[in-house]
Amino acid sequence: MRQVKALVITGYGINCEMEMAYACTQAGACTDIAHISEIISGRFSLMDYHFLNLPGGFLDGDDLGSAQIGGLRFKHATIKTTGRSIFDDLLSCIEAGMLVLGVCNGFQSLVKSGLLPGNPFGTRRVSLTFNDSARFEDRWVNLAVNPDSPCVFTRGLERLCMPVRHGEGKFVCDSDETLQEIIEGNLNVLSYADHEHHQTMDYPSNPNGSVSSIAGICDASGRVFGLMPHPEAFIHATNHPTWTRMKRMSSRGDGVAIFENAVRYLAQ
Amino acid sequence: MAVRVEVGLKINLFDARGEKIKRQIRHAFPELSPSEPIRCLDVYTIDGDDLSPAWLSEAFCDPVIQELSINSLLTDDFSWYIEVGYRPGVTDNIGHSAEYALSLITGKTYPVSSARAYLLKDPFPRSSVGRIAQECLANELIHHIRIFPGASCSGIEPYIPVVGGIHDPRVEEFSLMLLDEELIRLSQERTLALNLDELKTLARYISDPQTVDERTKVGLGDKVTDVELEAIAQTWSEHCKHKIFNADIRYEEDGISEEISSLFQTYIKASTKEIRRLAGDRDICVSVFTDNAGVIRFNAEYNLVFKVETHNSPSALDPYGGALTGIVGVNRDPFGTGIGSKLIFNTDVFCFASPFYARELPPKILHPRRIFEGVREGVEHGGNKSGIPTVNGCIVFDDRYLGKPLVYCGTAGIMPARIRGALSHIKKIVPGDLIVMSGGRIGKDGIHGATFSSEEFHEASPTSAVQIGDPITQKKLTDFLLKARDAGLYRAITDNGAGGLSSSVGEMAQMSGGCLIELDKPPLKYLGLHPWEILLSEAQERMTLAVDPENLSSFLALSSQMGVESTVIGRFTNSGYFHCTFDGKTVAYLSLDFLHNGLPQMKLAARWSSPVITEVSTPEPHDHAGTLKEMLGRLNICSKEYVVRQYDHEVQGGSVIKPLVGVACDGPSDAAVIRPLLESNEGVVVSNGIVPRYSDLDSYHMTACSLDEALRNYICVGGNPNHWACLDNFCWCDPVSSPRNPDGEFKLAQLVRANKALYEYTVAFSCPLISGKDSMKNDYLIGDVKISIPPTILISVIGKIDDVRGAVSMDVKNPSDLVYLLGVTRKELGASEYFSSLGITGGQVPTVRAATARNRYRLLHKAISQGLVSSAHDVSDGGLAVCLAETSFAGGLGLRIDLARVPSEGTLSETDLLYSESSSRILITVSPDRAQQIEDLFGDDAACIGQVISEPYLTIVSRNRHPLIDEDIMTLKAAWHAPLDF
Repeated sequence: MRQVKALVITGYGINCEMEMAYACTQAGACTDIAHISEIISGRFSLMDYHFLNLPGGFLDGDDLGSAQIGGLRFKHATIKTTGRSIFDDLLSCIEAGMLVLGVCNGFQSLVKSGLLPGNPFGTRRVSLTFNDSARFEDRWVNLAVNPDSPCVFTRGLERLCMPVRHGEGKFVCDSDETLQEIIEGNLNVLSYADHEHHQTMDYPSNPNGSVSSIAGICDASGRVFGLMPHPEAFIHATNHPTWTRMKRMSSRGDGVAIFENAVRYLAQ
Repeated sequence: MAVRVEVGLKINLFDARGEKIKRQIRHAFPELSPSEPIRCLDVYTIDGDDLSPAWLSEAFCDPVIQELSINSLLTDDFSWYIEVGYRPGVTDNIGHSAEYALSLITGKTYPVSSARAYLLKDPFPRSSVGRIAQECLANELIHHIRIFPGASCSGIEPYIPVVGGIHDPRVEEFSLMLLDEELIRLSQERTLALNLDELKTLARYISDPQTVDERTKVGLGDKVTDVELEAIAQTWSEHCKHKIFNADIRYEEDGISEEISSLFQTYIKASTKEIRRLAGDRDICVSVFTDNAGVIRFNAEYNLVFKVETHNSPSALDPYGGALTGIVGVNRDPFGTGIGSKLIFNTDVFCFASPFYARELPPKILHPRRIFEGVREGVEHGGNKSGIPTVNGCIVFDDRYLGKPLVYCGTAGIMPARIRGALSHIKKIVPGDLIVMSGGRIGKDGIHGATFSSEEFHEASPTSAVQIGDPITQKKLTDFLLKARDAGLYRAITDNGAGGLSSSVGEMAQMSGGCLIELDKPPLKYLGLHPWEILLSEAQERMTLAVDPENLSSFLALSSQMGVESTVIGRFTNSGYFHCTFDGKTVAYLSLDFLHNGLPQMKLAARWSSPVITEVSTPEPHDHAGTLKEMLGRLNICSKEYVVRQYDHEVQGGSVIKPLVGVACDGPSDAAVIRPLLESNEGVVVSNGIVPRYSDLDSYHMTACSLDEALRNYICVGGNPNHWACLDNFCWCDPVSSPRNPDGEFKLAQLVRANKALYEYTVAFSCPLISGKDSMKNDYLIGDVKISIPPTILISVIGKIDDVRGAVSMDVKNPSDLVYLLGVTRKELGASEYFSSLGITGGQVPTVRAATARNRYRLLHKAISQGLVSSAHDVSDGGLAVCLAETSFAGGLGLRIDLARVPSEGTLSETDLLYSESSSRILITVSPDRAQQIEDLFGDDAACIGQVISEPYLTIVSRNRHPLIDEDIMTLKAAWHAPLDF
């Protein structure tokens, strides 16, 4: 077993870094939090980590569309010490086996920089746009896990419950072919589900109108994973909205399982 | 050459924003109801002529979902094109982000201004389109509207809002050797809000030979500069000095008179002092009334910091910008307390007129529905984008908030008790420390905010008083400053809010004994500001710091690395003077002692005659179930889920009791519980209490009931009554008697009585006040129309729950659990929701029996700590009937309640029992095997009034055994949900 090193990115409007780092630590990783400016200055290097976390938030206020500027920064800002872009480093790391998890705004960053669905890396083929309700919404959703997905983060999991907290989470594709490709490749890791755990297009179980009720996707390797719901928001039993109604509780929140899968995979 | 870029969603995608606008138009103008889709475009206008289309496309267009056009229309498929941009000088957050995006790609800076375009297909007449633009899409105070008809529109000229300032900074000087009326005119013309007594005090100071002598040495004379005049007006404003709260008051009650020197000293500070004395070594207060926010102990290692403020006047003018600035502004209070705290939650309380207000609006007033939506959205953006969860709040409706809405925004922070070995709640500044301004730049935004909010809303209210906050700039700033704090790079910190640098540096200067500000140093958003404007500007997202010169280079390096602008703008001295220069020339030189202590104490009179309590017989409903449904649909009772869902209430990962609870996550929580330290099970509890309608009968009981409501909400979720503290937040109608305000003495008496109640009840409950705020001029006066708010107090409680795993929610949990009512019901329906629904005035207002209530709360805390309680819900607006319905439908289980078993005092009808709002009552449900323990603990104070049943019906049986109410809980819930969903 090797010690897994996780990096959580923050800065410029990211705001879920503390709980994401806590989830990584609970899962057994040795975790650092780096401000994007500290990556650009060269103080932290992505190359030194096995597991990269892109947390939720409002990168640059999402002013030009969610994570639009975040994607541009990945591509155009150069790291002072190496002259490379963050995007170049990300590609090298992914090739070398790094796991990448993007939640909410982090998922939007992965999508807007073309790292998901990642065929090929760098080409934007899907996007996350305004919820059909045109509202930001905070609500807990049921998620069905695609058992045939190559995603390493969801191995052994069938269903999950965690909150969405976004205004731009409606998953759309540039074409029917792209959607076909995602579904045939079982890259659609998570789907919004009803109480019986069937995929649904019905609001509010599907909170944003995502096509094929897609809540999260991965790349073909299963090592790059993005999702709109927040697993790091369920790190303690009392995070669950109806925990006061439950008879027995595990001490830890179910969202940590996603991080444990990542650490277990990397530790082998 | 300017480039105009339009970006729109691809036509095959659902335009959710356009659809939302369509809904809003339909609500505002039912007669115009658009039938065709509305398309919503983002417009960027860039000042630059060497931009390639590829750059623009990469910066602004998501190729998967959007299409873009450059210097041409994206489509000609419209009847009307409405473009809404910003007026010159208004903060354009999207424009700034667009500039940054382009700079990432090109390496150069191009100024960008943003706008939004709405394409209407319906062939409305021009006048209707104008109204849609003005009343649904834009606020002309801040927005620039352009409308183009489809038929003749082939292209749109770029519009760039530029502040047309010539850089000609000047300092004006005024002789104060003036007649009284000339002095008053000077104050009015410059929005100084100083009274004659104050102006004469200033005139005497400036003309004093010794002062003139000292001033001559620095190049000034016996005239006052505009910089000085404005600094004095700001420092002495009601907003900053709380003149009414510190006035000498002659109070007369039923003919007996009493002299009160300072309400603040006599009641508020004195209460806390007394509570702390009695608490001895159990005192939890750390820093009270001295800093930007109050500080209490959380545990041995951490302290909690809490502050609630209002942003009423700006929200009346521009609800979105006003509320956004309100929330990001109050964030800076706990952030600027001690040497800075990490922000952990927001709590917001709004008071509006009915969003369904249908009468004609007085001039310059926005429709309450617009204010509601604007405020809601402002707080949404301010809170969500800052990554601070909005965990609790409420909305109060009363049409007397038509002239001025109340927008209370509160924020708490947590900080290690010691940082680098030093107590974190203490600021220290030594002469020679540099004054550093970090964060945003200075513009004309928000000039005169402090003095403007110290007046009623009138015809000439300055529009420059409106600012628009920028949560991302502030987030970058707080990310940076927390790192700088932990690295020990600064010595003291405070925020720039009302009064700008004048206030922040002026207050900090008292710690070293003087300051020298070089007003030509702060970075400006644009040219054309005069020195006094630079000093007074309330431009947002700025903190002022005291930095040891030795740490300056490290401080500036970290700031620059993290993308935050920081500038040295002077130094702290021990000269005894508030000294400002511009280009090396002295422009202000005021003795610090005079600036802070020279203000003459106001002398006011207050007169109270006790109201005659009119006995009112309670009308009996024909149909009890129907009445209950109507009550549940009243604005002050109905579900606020529409608002709550749009606020992120669980970012930071510590959410325990959310604002919406129960089996379907839609029940109304009494209070919030969060875990601020993720590795610990210790929790923070926060709750609010507000019942302004009780002021109609007596502001004394209004205050007592507000405190009691906040405390019982706190107790219901499991908060510890030995570890709580509270904030007071007064919003009053003008209590200073004048020809324009003939009942000022009565309103001041209401204020006195509120303070007396606050003293007596905080001491009785042993809940110390740790900070507070007052806003004294919540009146609207234009022409003959005067609208005054009801005297309003918000009490916000913060405290601790030792182990969050013991927290309790308000929803019923299990069939066969027993229902207990704690406390006695009296015939107290005066100013109740039930009487209000029938338009009945008079009756007895609820009174709080503090000693029994305190004992009850302690026992309930004990019961909750022992795990005996399944659910607890406070009985408040709408009384027992509403409480039972909410508890029941939140848990998805029915209740069978026997009214005969409800303990009461006096002669009460069944309707009285159902709708009386007697204070301090709590409804709990208890598993049958724990019933004996509950009865042993509470004795007579707990009455078993019924049982939880699995059938989904709320059944209330009358004293003579017939069902008064027998209603499906889903029907009740639907009635409760119906009113607010826009």
